[in-house]
Amino acid sequence: MDKYVKAPLCDEAVKGLRAGDYVYITGTIYTARDAAHKRMDESLKKGEDLPISLHGNIIYYMGPSPAREGRIIGSAGPTTASRMDKYTAGFLDNGLKGMIGKGRRSREVVESIKKNNAVYFAAVGGAGALLSRSIISSKIIAYDDLGTEAVRELQVVNFPVIVVIDPEGNDLYEIAVKNFKENI
Amino acid sequence: MRTILTSVITENIKEMCVKANHYLSEDMRSVLYQARKEEKTSLGRQILDQLEENLQIAGEDMIPICQDTGMAVVFMEIGQDVHFEGILLEDAINEGVRLGYKDGYLRKSVVRDPLIRENTKDNTPAVIHYEIVPGDKVKITVVPKGFGSENMSRVFMLKPADGIDGVKAAVLTAVTDAGPNACPPMVVGVGVGGTFEKCAWMAKKALTRPVDQRSGIPYVKEMEEELLDKINKTGIGPGGLGGSVTAFAVNIETYPTHIAGLPVAVNICCHVNRHVARTL
Ligand code: SF4
Repeated sequence: MDKYVKAPLCDEAVKGLRAGDYVYITGTIYTARDAAHKRMDESLKKGEDLPISLHGNIIYYMGPSPAREGRIIGSAGPTTASRMDKYTAGFLDNGLKGMIGKGRRSREVVESIKKNNAVYFAAVGGAGALLSRSIISSKIIAYDDLGTEAVRELQVVNFPVIVVIDPEGNDLYEIAVKNFKENI
Repeated sequence: MRTILTSVITENIKEMCVKANHYLSEDMRSVLYQARKEEKTSLGRQILDQLEENLQIAGEDMIPICQDTGMAVVFMEIGQDVHFEGILLEDAINEGVRLGYKDGYLRKSVVRDPLIRENTKDNTPAVIHYEIVPGDKVKITVVPKGFGSENMSRVFMLKPADGIDGVKAAVLTAVTDAGPNACPPMVVGVGVGGTFEKCAWMAKKALTRPVDQRSGIPYVKEMEEELLDKINKTGIGPGGLGGSVTAFAVNIETYPTHIAGLPVAVNICCHVNRHVARTL
């Protein structure tokens, strides 16, 4: 089903999402990948403030290619989410509501998604040129020294994603393969 | 003896890095077009539509097809009657990569030390493979390799008794384990035989063979076709979201090996299977 949601996410909107829904996100989201996760995780463990509030927010696992002059951003598609699995439960316990990436998640992450009424979306991997068109602004807000891995605040309009793991813990990757085998 | 200036190598590599990241080869484009017609699920077709649109935008707007513009793998097939003049060949190749990634607005994804992990900020060094071949020409192939799919690649040191069924099982294991992580539809490069490193090298090189070109060895060709069929029955589908097109091709290369071994390498590539070749 096609759905439209606003970011940051509210609990009500998340609750209604189901694995397989095609969702268009509009609002503010943040990018962070391996190196930024490592730093934020260290800060959380030391009880320090994070550069972004996790509360209700969506993290997009993405490191863009550089923007040409006069452009907002370069190619901007998702990276493999499982590399962030180690840090994810901790982030979800601190208020994170959504993640955008590609690929499977660990059991621990699925359980944490259920516990925290959160959601994992996939954007189409390898469609970074197309996805960049849904980003209307991009600003580095932390860890500038990490280059492409810095934390960015993005404004997105109808950013296209698919619900892979919903708040009930259903996993579209498993369901889709099963359905395919049964029906085709 | 023919003299080639290393500055010419630099210039060509620079252009090839930019080209590879913005345009796919004709065989990759047409196999994607074909897949769109054959895909059995509607979500799968929707994903393939996005991939086609993405390719078009990349070329028109000069924005990389994928943000992971890869680690640059460079195959150098050097005629043995060639003499290079200028700076060290390796430096010339890396200079080409440096310029291509800088001037082409490509992402810098290389860290200097695998554990200290400080970005080199210019995507160098490249991974360079040299081969000496007959003649007085140089064939350069630039392969920007993304790591979503690279991370799902495997080497299996099988036993001779595992035979052809063992090889097939190894390929299917690697592909199903890769699943959605490797941005399917994939291209699967396989090296069978040689030694531990030789089969990995063959698997990488196999990815540069056009996807519509089958092996010249009859039993290998059969294995390529059978494996593709089996992979497309796994249901993984475009984006891993379910469907009948999980891979575009299985390209297998073989080499003599030791009486005691059967090495198999599976190098997985995503649908952004980039390679540009030029002969100088
Ligand atoms: S696996 Fe390929 S398509 Fe996917 S993000 Fe990496 S380079 Fe891009």
